[in-house]
Parts: sequence; structure tokens; C-alpha cells
Amino acid sequence: MSNILLEAASTGHGIAALGAGVAALGAGVGIGRIGGSALEAIARQPEAAGDIRANMILTAALVEGAAFFAMVIGLLVTFIV
Amino acid sequence: MRSKVLFSRIALFIGALLIPTLGFAYDPDTHGGGNDSTHTEEAHAAPAAEHEGGFDPGHMIMEHVSDAHDWHIAGHVHIPLPVIVKTDKGIEVFSSSHFINHETHAAQSYTGGNYTYKIVEGKVVVWDNLAQAENETATATLIDFSITKNVASMFVVAFALCFVFLSIAKAYKRAPGSAPRGMQSFFEPIIMFVRDDLAKPSIGPKYEKFMPYLLTGFFFIWFSNMLGLIPVIPGGANLTGSISVAVVLATFTFIITTINGNGHYWRHIFAMPGVPVWVLIILTPIEILGVFLRPFVLMIRLFANITAGHIIALAFFGLIFIFSKNGENTGTGVGVGIASWLFTTFMFFLELLVAFIQAYVFTLLSAIYFGSAVEEHHHIAEDFDGKPNVEHAH
Repeated sequence: MSNILLEAASTGHGIAALGAGVAALGAGVGIGRIGGSALEAIARQPEAAGDIRANMILTAALVEGAAFFAMVIGLLVTFIV
Repeated sequence: MRSKVLFSRIALFIGALLIPTLGFAYDPDTHGGGNDSTHTEEAHAAPAAEHEGGFDPGHMIMEHVSDAHDWHIAGHVHIPLPVIVKTDKGIEVFSSSHFINHETHAAQSYTGGNYTYKIVEGKVVVWDNLAQAENETATATLIDFSITKNVASMFVVAFALCFVFLSIAKAYKRAPGSAPRGMQSFFEPIIMFVRDDLAKPSIGPKYEKFMPYLLTGFFFIWFSNMLGLIPVIPGGANLTGSISVAVVLATFTFIITTINGNGHYWRHIFAMPGVPVWVLIILTPIEILGVFLRPFVLMIRLFANITAGHIIALAFFGLIFIFSKNGENTGTGVGVGIASWLFTTFMFFLELLVAFIQAYVFTLLSAIYFGSAVEEHHHIAEDFDGKPNVEHAH
């Protein structure tokens, strides 16, 4: 494991891949929490499902935006550096 | 009646299942490398040279998500698109088919009236045949107005939008107040959705002024996202996943927000009421930054989402050629091919959703920015990055 990490870290590409992985991790946790809370809220108040869903998608998109910043930078490192 | 609905749903489902298969059939470029090096390699002689003999997934993926001067159909069949270049000696128009040798399918230079041109790494450059190198001083003056694959794809979307919405508008004029028919019944709920669920709650009473832009933006993004999912002509271009298109769309939102910003909006940016002066010194620069950051994030989100979708599908296809070692290992290739076909099918269902959600999010955020620009009374709580809190806006 540490060998793989060391090998990956020796090139810019490896670090970019690690960065993309960490960003996906963060976004996954974020979107998972949003989805979980939204389901809970819909279960508690099914009549508000429409509003909750709209806000859920919007918030997920905002979280995703942050993750995509990381992804774009990772791509730039991979293809340009 | 019920069985008819069921039948059309099953047909849609099977159609959607077939989409990735078409993509598989369409992607002969992935065979590039190995012994039978195809035009992918040849069209980009310089970068391909170092990858000769091996399949390079990164190169293949970038080739497919970026813009091109011809529209690839299958194998060596391309639809050439017009190249329009302006240099210091004037404008020249010629077909991009001149860049490919018709016998050997190798990339070649084309001598026009003013200069000799060649495509290097997907871009038209002025080429010096004697030195076999790019004439950099002349290339610096070159402006490329070509009808590229993305532009042609944008024409298709524009034509589809005009056709759909002009005929719907005509239908409403012809029989006002009657029940919608045909295409009208499909699009009316979506138009109503944009108006009632996006524009009205986010903008408030002045929503009507922004409806043309919001509807155009929504349907343009949605149509081009869906068109990008179709692997064969007229689809296959990565239109909304091209950063230039995303920049223009985000700039429209930025300009409309700025033009419509009332005193209330600007006061909240430059001098937030009820905030001590020493806080304003920190807050005002952040707010000013936020004005430019919003369209920037809008752009990145659209571009990255759609490009990521294309990259994932291509990466799954790339796996086939990595695992089969360029066709040496046919059995592994078939096995991985089936697995990646299944994965890509799954991803395409997700992408159908993403295509809609990205159009929805872009329009919703634009509507919220317009809402913050035109609102009169302070009732929308703003969170730290200046985006209005939607919960209060509803």
C-alpha cells in the first residue's frame, strides 16, 4: 500500500489521481449526507417531497461543483504538466 | 390505452439500452494503436509518435471529448466541415477534407491562397512545408472561425429548438385554450415546470421578463446534453462539455444579472446595510468577488459534469483495449467488453438524469441570481458565499 502511494506520489500524474480520489471521497460523503437527510425529511413529511427534492438536487449540485473544481484541476495536471 | 403506454415505455427502455451499444459500434478510434494504426494516430502525428505500438487511453479520451474539424462517422468515413481561417493576409474558406490524404488516410498539409495550413493537435496552424514545422509568427495572427463539430452540433440544436418551439407556439395560436396535442403535450409540462418551479419561486413577481432566457437556456442545455449522449450523427459532439459554450452561457447569466441589478442589489454588494464599517472592509471585496465567482462556478459545473460523463463512457471502452492488449487477448477483450457494456449502460441511465439535472440546475441558479438582482425587500437570507438561501426563497 505504502509502495503504491510512494510510486504514485513520485509523478505529478499519480498525485492528480490521488487528488481526484480524495475529491470524490469528499463529494460522496457530502452528497450521501444530503440524500440521507432528504429521505429522512420526506419520510417525516411526505407532502413536502417536491420542495425537499428540489432543494436536495440544488445542494447536491453545489457540492458537486466543489468536487468538479478538484476534478478539473486533476485533469489539467494530467494533460498539461 | 394502458397497453399502448406500456408498449411505448418498453420501446423507450430498449432504445435507451441500445444507446451504449451504438457507442461501441461507433468507436472504431479505440482500435487505434497496435499494428493497424488508424487516422487517430495519424491525424496527430506528433503526439502519437511516442505512443506508437501501444494503446493510449488518455489520448483517445481527449480526442473524443474535444472539438474537431470533421464529424467522424465510422472507420475512415468522416463528414468534412468547412474551415474558415482569418490570418493577416485575409480570410480563407476550404473543406477540412484537404487535411487528410484520401488514399493513405494520413494527415497532410493544405496549401491555400495565402498560407499552407495543417492540423496539429486538433488546431489549425500555419505550416511551413520546407522546414516541416509550424510557422509560429503567422499562426499567432490566425483566428479560427471554422464550423467545427461543436458548431455544427450547435446548429442542429438550434434547428431542433426552432422547429419544436415555433410549431408549439403556432399550435397555441391556432387553437387557444384547447387541450394540447402531440408535441405540445410533451413540452407543456416541462415549460410549466420551468415557469412554476424555477422562475416564479426564485425571481418573484417580475419573473416574466426572464422567462425567454430561462426557457431558451434550459432547453438549449437539455437538448445539447441529450444530443451529446447519442453516439452517432447528429450527436456525438461534446457541446455543453466544451468550455467555450459553458463560458458563453454563464456570461449571458452574468450580463443579465448585472444589467437588471437594482439599487438594492448593488447596495448589498458594496455596502451591506446594518454592517459595521470595519466588517465592510472585509465583506465588500468578498461580495465583489462573489459576483464574478457565481458565473464562474456555473460554467465549471456544466463543463465538468458533461465532460466527466463522456470521459467515464470512453474510459469503460478504453478498458476493453487495455485488458485485451490491443487485440492479442481476444477472450479477455470480449469478457471485459461485456462488463464495460453493462457499466456503460448503467452510466448512460445516470447520464440521462444528469442531462436533465444540469439543465435544471443551470436554469435554477440563473433564476436565483436574477431574483437577487431584482428583489425589492430583504427577505432572502444569504449564506456565506452570497448565494440566496433557496429555502427562504420558496
